[in-house]
Amino acid sequence: MKNLWLFLVRYNAFFWFILFFVLSIFLVVRNNNFQRTSFVNSSNIVTGSFYKNVNSWKSYLALSSTNEELALENAKLRQQLENYIGRDTLERVSFADSIDTGRYEFIVAAVVNNSIHQKSNFLTLDKGSNDGVELGMGVITSNGVVGSVLNVSPHFSTVKSLLHPDTKISVTLDSTADAFGSLVWGNNTDSRYAMIRDIPNHIKVYTGQAVFTSGYSTLYPKGIKVGHIVESGITSGESFKDIRILLTTNFSNLSHVYIVKDKLAIEKIELEATNKDNG
Amino acid sequence: MGRIIINNIIRFVILIMLQVALFKNIGYYNLATPFPYILFLFLLPIGTPNLVLYAIAFLTGLTVDAFYDTIGIHAAACVAFVWLRIFFHKITLEADVVNSFETPTWSEMGFKWYSTYIVLGTLAHHLVLYLVEVFSFQNILYTLTSVGLSSVFTIVVIFIIGVLTYKRKSRLGI
Repeated sequence: MKNLWLFLVRYNAFFWFILFFVLSIFLVVRNNNFQRTSFVNSSNIVTGSFYKNVNSWKSYLALSSTNEELALENAKLRQQLENYIGRDTLERVSFADSIDTGRYEFIVAAVVNNSIHQKSNFLTLDKGSNDGVELGMGVITSNGVVGSVLNVSPHFSTVKSLLHPDTKISVTLDSTADAFGSLVWGNNTDSRYAMIRDIPNHIKVYTGQAVFTSGYSTLYPKGIKVGHIVESGITSGESFKDIRILLTTNFSNLSHVYIVKDKLAIEKIELEATNKDNG
Repeated sequence: MGRIIINNIIRFVILIMLQVALFKNIGYYNLATPFPYILFLFLLPIGTPNLVLYAIAFLTGLTVDAFYDTIGIHAAACVAFVWLRIFFHKITLEADVVNSFETPTWSEMGFKWYSTYIVLGTLAHHLVLYLVEVFSFQNILYTLTSVGLSSVFTIVVIFIIGVLTYKRKSRLGI
């Protein structure tokens, strides 16, 4: 017994190492399984407000480009509104939605933390459950998709960016609405490019063709432009091809984003769940 | 003793803030990223009890993890680094130095010892960091490239900090 004790004391550095290292690895693995629901992440109040403070200084640097972006978007929306009003005097507008107020609601949020250099990239936004943000909501910007909400605290939320190995977004190609694939970051290390997987080989694509969201999931509205095709000749398997696209979202310079709230999400998910019961 | 603790707390706060606010945004894609916050662990006093060292390293790693959204990865790397630190101190330092409770800075220990210490420690930390992050031996060459390039980056930053904070030793012993 005494010898064992001496042995443990003599090599205590090693045994402490084993203990702490196993604890760390346990945290890593548990975290991967449970989708990072652990409270030690950047949506908690301490790290969240720290990044908010840093960001309140940093945002001044990008003020002019942010203004320009917002002005451009304003102009675009005004133009759309103009078309809408113009048409309204001639004929009755029929909504595609079953409720009058529209299916989607957008929550504006400021990006207080962003990363593009990691293997799995995340964003932190300054809106949380107090503002109506819920888990799994889609996040877009004025010119593309960003990702989906991963964790929510009362004042902050973290977003799993498109630049994350687990993110998959359903997209369609311009002009061929029957071809749809999934948008993933793939093996890229560059935040400007992404890949589209599972496009059937017989579909003709050309460089410069625009790619849009399909609207099949409840995360993103249909028809948001995602990017342009830059390389299409990559074959992955027998009957599918991979396409490399240039994203329209500029991940290195995100300042304001919109969180998409789909009012019909629950109805759609419940309806689709009944399919599984029958099958 | 009290001054050493306060110095270390200040060093911890400054290095972590620099890491998460500045160095997190610096990098060559995800191939090379500097992690100079580990300088805090390098500069913990010689002769700190092992258990305290491990606990501090684990908490430091968790703090950085909280900002990086990577629970456990930095904690594992810091713990592995401390193991190397204890081993390195054991084989290179005399018994009277070990009990001195001094901060192992460049000016105290001399360039030869300090540079070996920094290079070996950084390599160990980054190797564990990237292996745990990738969590597989696939693409091992790419991982090792990341380890190498990031280590060079970190070592350069640590030496720049070292030069900026270099204090010449008083030869009169005052």
